Amino acid sequence: MILVELRLMLRKRRVWLCWLLLCALPTLVAVLLATTRLAPPPGRGGAFLSAVVSNGQIFPAAALALVVPVFLPITVAIVAGDTIAGESSAGTLRYLLVRPVGRLRLLVAKLVSVAVFVLLAVLFVTVVSYAVGVVAFGFGPDASLGGGGAIPSLSGVELSPADVVFRTATTVGYLALCMLALGAVGLLFSTLTDSPLAAALGVLALVVASAAVQPLDAAAAIEPFLPTAHWLAWIDLFRDPILWADVREGALVQLGYVVVAFGAAWANFSTKDVTT
Amino acid sequence: MILATRDLTKRFGRVVAVSGVSLEVPRGVRFGLLGPNGSGKTTLVRMLLGLVHATSGHIEVLGEPMPKRAATVLPRVGALVEGPAAWGHLSGRANLRLLDAAGRGRAGRRRADRVDEALDRVGLGGVDRRPVRAYSLGMRQRLGIAAAILREPELLLLDEPTNGLDPRGIQEMRALLTDLNAAGTTVVLSSHLLTEVEALCTDVGVMDRGRLALTSSLDALRAPTGRILVRTPDPAGVVGVLDGQVLGRAGELVTVRGTDPVAVNAQLVARGVPVSGLVLEQRSLEQVVLEITGAGSDRVDRARSEGPR
Repeated sequence: MILVELRLMLRKRRVWLCWLLLCALPTLVAVLLATTRLAPPPGRGGAFLSAVVSNGQIFPAAALALVVPVFLPITVAIVAGDTIAGESSAGTLRYLLVRPVGRLRLLVAKLVSVAVFVLLAVLFVTVVSYAVGVVAFGFGPDASLGGGGAIPSLSGVELSPADVVFRTATTVGYLALCMLALGAVGLLFSTLTDSPLAAALGVLALVVASAAVQPLDAAAAIEPFLPTAHWLAWIDLFRDPILWADVREGALVQLGYVVVAFGAAWANFSTKDVTT
Repeated sequence: MILATRDLTKRFGRVVAVSGVSLEVPRGVRFGLLGPNGSGKTTLVRMLLGLVHATSGHIEVLGEPMPKRAATVLPRVGALVEGPAAWGHLSGRANLRLLDAAGRGRAGRRRADRVDEALDRVGLGGVDRRPVRAYSLGMRQRLGIAAAILREPELLLLDEPTNGLDPRGIQEMRALLTDLNAAGTTVVLSSHLLTEVEALCTDVGVMDRGRLALTSSLDALRAPTGRILVRTPDPAGVVGVLDGQVLGRAGELVTVRGTDPVAVNAQLVARGVPVSGLVLEQRSLEQVVLEITGAGSDRVDRARSEGPR
């Protein structure tokens, strides 16, 4: 069922469109920066953007910082909201269940497909923006000396290419986990309604609510448990030495979201009457 | 029994969709489930398949309790529930292959062959790569039936199998289902089209407002009424010969009391009355169903006290 689910997802035009748009936004920003050379001053604008102009290799980090707050969650909401509700409204859910595909197996397959979607989304953004960054801004000052283009960390220390690959890979994994947590919530919402749109909007409502509450001092007690709280913790991965505390805490909270949301989705779906 | 329920009840909130249904369908028959819209046919079928969970009661399909043993029962059951459904962005062939691959069991080369064979059987063998989204209603219906027969099930549960098909398509489906039945498949279909059930089924059950109002073999239902219909260019002559037995007369058609058309014919011909048609009247399925069922739930009448003021 998992393979079938992946094949179904990869043949949806909507999924490819999401990936395409996710890669298009950083590309647009790169083009604008490259033509104007007007980078935002350090401390203003998106993270890393000020450093990008002098070294294109840092652009993947800047691109991820661009898509994470809004754009990426929207695509995750669309894809995750569609998982069960989409099959339900198309009527294919009943035929899958009488095929038979066990309800738990179906949910697991759906969660795996969402995981693959978010992982590929983050990976595509990273790879495309690396290529775009290098083309637009070059390898940085050291490239001409054959130094492989060392990259400055946020702390000013130069990072070796192997180090950058490690930090970027960790970032991709961390962000994929954050988005998977959101996807698991989408899967839960998708079992509660027969409308993919309603499920997707529910996910977005959660993101907006969380982002609205997060800066309030009054919300300090629940702040660490908000879904959006740790979305930018990965920036610490580009400091030297790496500050692991926030990333570790973020990963635990996000994993908690995956487990709780998936458990609730299963509890609801396993005894649900399928009447569509 | 290939299918048995005991005191099966399903409530959706305050609405009782199915109420105390005890149904038994023997292996090998062609069973027609009849009833007006909203009488609970579809809910019953969904419960048999484990899609909807019963509020109370007991279900056995292929001798095993459902939905507890769904994993072993359902692979041996083919179903069409409330119209066909498919992934619109894929071709019919891709749809069947993916649906087949979604479950456990046989795979590989035989899957492609099985899919092609099922498509051939429903008359879609030459279908091209266009997506199901572009299919006509009839093509979708055929695809749905192909999906139901894909794994050579022992039991076929079909909800309104001839929806959207033209008269030729309906005839083809009837022939297909009769063939499958002759090869050992038990066919259970639900329909509100009486002629469809009358033409295909050996046994019928009639549902009304959630209850199973009747189960019977079709032959027993269509018992003679004890009347003979005589068609003649000389109705007055018939009345003259069979005076006392004549129950009614309408144009060339005379209704006569009796159970032996041969004797009536001999009597009339011997007295020189021309007879152009003679038939033993049987109850039609339509009469039976209309007698025992009320209006469907899609008709909403004004309550009597609530007249115009």
